[in-house]
Amino acid sequence: MSPAIKLIAQRIALGLLLLFLVSILIFVGTLILPGDVAQSILGQSATPEALANLRRDLGLNDPAFTRYINWLTGIFHGDLGTALTSGQDIATAIGSRMSNTLFLAFWAAVISVPLAILLGLTAVRYKDRWPDKLISAVTLASISVPEFMIGYIIMYFIGVKLRWFPSVAMINDSMSLGEKLSAVAMPVMVLTLVVLAHMMRMTRAAILNVMQSPYIETAELKGLNSFMVIFRHAFPNSVAPIVNVVMLNMAYLVVGVVVIEVVFTYPGMGQYLVDHVSKRDVPVVQACGLIFAAVYIVLNMVADIVSILSNPRLRHPK
Amino acid sequence: MTDALLDVRNLKIGATAYPPGEPPQEIEIVHGVSFTLEKGRVLGLIGESGAGKSTIGLAALGYGRGGVKITGGEVWINGRDILKGGIRRLRDLRGAEVTYVAQSAAAAFNPAKKLMEQVTEAAIHHKKFSKAEAEARAVALFGKLGLPDPETFGQRYPHQVSGGQLQRAMTALALCPEPDLVIFDEPTTALDVTTQIDVLAAIKEAIHDTGVAALYITHDLAVVAQVADDIMVLRHGNKVEYGTTDQIINAPQEQYTRELVSVRSIQHEEKLPSPDPVLKVDRVTARYAGTGFDVLKDISVALHPGQTLAVVGESGSGKSTLARAITGLLPPTDGSITFDGRTLSPTLAGRSREDLRELQMIYQMADVAMNPRQTVGTIIGRPLEFYFGLKGREKRARIQELLDQIELGEGFIDRYPAELSGGQKQRVCIARALAAKPKMIICDEVTSALDPLVADGILKLLLALQKREGVAYLFITHDLATVRAIADSIAVMYRGKVVRYGSKTEVLSPPFDDYTDLLLSSVPEMKLGWLEEVIAHRKMESAGN
Repeated sequence: MSPAIKLIAQRIALGLLLLFLVSILIFVGTLILPGDVAQSILGQSATPEALANLRRDLGLNDPAFTRYINWLTGIFHGDLGTALTSGQDIATAIGSRMSNTLFLAFWAAVISVPLAILLGLTAVRYKDRWPDKLISAVTLASISVPEFMIGYIIMYFIGVKLRWFPSVAMINDSMSLGEKLSAVAMPVMVLTLVVLAHMMRMTRAAILNVMQSPYIETAELKGLNSFMVIFRHAFPNSVAPIVNVVMLNMAYLVVGVVVIEVVFTYPGMGQYLVDHVSKRDVPVVQACGLIFAAVYIVLNMVADIVSILSNPRLRHPK
Repeated sequence: MTDALLDVRNLKIGATAYPPGEPPQEIEIVHGVSFTLEKGRVLGLIGESGAGKSTIGLAALGYGRGGVKITGGEVWINGRDILKGGIRRLRDLRGAEVTYVAQSAAAAFNPAKKLMEQVTEAAIHHKKFSKAEAEARAVALFGKLGLPDPETFGQRYPHQVSGGQLQRAMTALALCPEPDLVIFDEPTTALDVTTQIDVLAAIKEAIHDTGVAALYITHDLAVVAQVADDIMVLRHGNKVEYGTTDQIINAPQEQYTRELVSVRSIQHEEKLPSPDPVLKVDRVTARYAGTGFDVLKDISVALHPGQTLAVVGESGSGKSTLARAITGLLPPTDGSITFDGRTLSPTLAGRSREDLRELQMIYQMADVAMNPRQTVGTIIGRPLEFYFGLKGREKRARIQELLDQIELGEGFIDRYPAELSGGQKQRVCIARALAAKPKMIICDEVTSALDPLVADGILKLLLALQKREGVAYLFITHDLATVRAIADSIAVMYRGKVVRYGSKTEVLSPPFDDYTDLLLSSVPEMKLGWLEEVIAHRKMESAGN
């Protein structure tokens, strides 16, 4: 077996183990949260009997271990449980929210990743000259301003003054792709600005690091122009760090967009989670937590696998 | 002058220097060098490091490494001054008319790309050949350069082939676009002596067959004597002497050239072994954790007080591992090490401070063996404090005494390593080892990174110190000339075993075993036609078998 396959298998096994540990952590974490679900459902005026009945019905009197096993078995069967507050099936509710979040994240990624890499390559090509400085200044400024601020600024100019796109990003299944894209245009812009700087600067740093290598000199002495040297010879050797930072930002696009969702009242996962945290709806919080953790773990696993595959020493052993 | 392919006129090259504690300064490193090279000829550029030979070689490509800039003069190639016309014209020249073979092929090949793609890239980029033609040329060159399976060799990645093969592939890379001029920049310096001879022969044949002109840069006069038609000797960015190879080797005019030719002429009478060796390595076997094979197999050698045991062999033969086993860094799996009559603990942790004091070590890279933020005084003073508890004026006096012994005078005590030359750094490392008043010093390739004349100085110093202090050396090296210069006894190592061991005269006298014969006959000799003689001799022998 080639070392690459072995390493990838190890990495996947490690990811699964990590996910399992995180599930325990989430379960224990929600256990020790203060407050009582039954109390919050029934309100302050509930009688002790009613509370006891509800606790029994919800299975809150079972030992924690039994509840954890029940929860985990349910997840393996695609059953994330029932929301305590609304009585809805969580999987169904999350399904549509998740697809909205992924839709937004996907378009933000499609625009920001190639743009960040292209800007990174350009910054290397014109290192310490005005294009490099301009790119650095603009991306740094965009990451420094709080994202809700960028959101409102863009909303004010593009949504209110220019009226190009709607300022509220409501989408539903009956809309066509074009309508959906128009609806998410502004949140996508904001997210792009937020994740661009990190990825672009990492691309620039990773490639500059490789540019010191003797094989870059070899490429220059073949008479290749700067962009060919960077793209053909430096870029393939800096894939690993770039993919790592790209994946971290992808995870952020899925997990960390709650502020943007609130600003644009976008019906995504983040809002759903925040709503149910405030209602103490523990099963929903657990389900969302587990999904977010899974997204992080899977994306980082993908980054590691790409790093392994980008290393010719592991791909083609002696 | 009309026939000259390369015509360098009054070339001046500058660089930015960063002296410690001072603002950066513009300095000149090549001061108006002129020479010409005709089609199909090979010119050797020779000199020690800092002579400007690589810098001049790269100037033929209009290229300056790091902050190096061509500040004056003209470089005419094929009737055109390449320094005029800007970067686009230079890019048309590079990889098409002039190509470059780097010193370390292992670093100069892109690890992420297949060899074929890299070898043919320039030829295809400059539209000299189509992809199919370029690949056919590459395969032919692989074959000519003696690479295994030329048809499929290019499908491998750089890490999948050996250092010697990579260096040949680099030569194929340079020859593939059918250039007029190839710059060879120390192409065999990083190779083992037994590999160097084959690569050298392959390069020479390829130059001869393709009729390409070449600049051959090296610090090793014996090597350049085998391939060059003419030689230019450089020193401190100036031309010292220029002549045919025959004249430079056999009738050098300048004092500096004569020194280069006669380097390694140290005479050393070997001493007889005494009954009580200071170090006795008895049947030592060792392996690195997690590996399935022994890197040292059943090693038994002895070192006598005040004498030198040279351990020779190519890279990977286990010489440095032997040093690690003796110092306790790698505990042997079997066998014992006796030092001065007592058995040493196999592990470092089990050794007393006295054990540590009496067995010191000097490394190949003096640069990285010293803390760059400590002064010379602190570096040498540390063992004085650690082993002898010296302080204050007493310590300073002893440091000065040691500095005198290594022939560095006043004023060095407060300097930092960055302010020293390579040879001076190695001297400070020697002083640090001596400060412990050891019975024995392990010298691991201590002269390999130094220029020949500087290395000579270090060897003379080591011999003088041995005479005065009676210290024994375990001298690890791959360089047989060094061995001849200083050894009393020799152990030849090959693949983790000692294949030949005895007094210097015994080991260096026939009859030889196969490996020692190969090793000895591979050391370049400073005479014309040596390479052909050896190759012809080897062909005859293999035909005879």
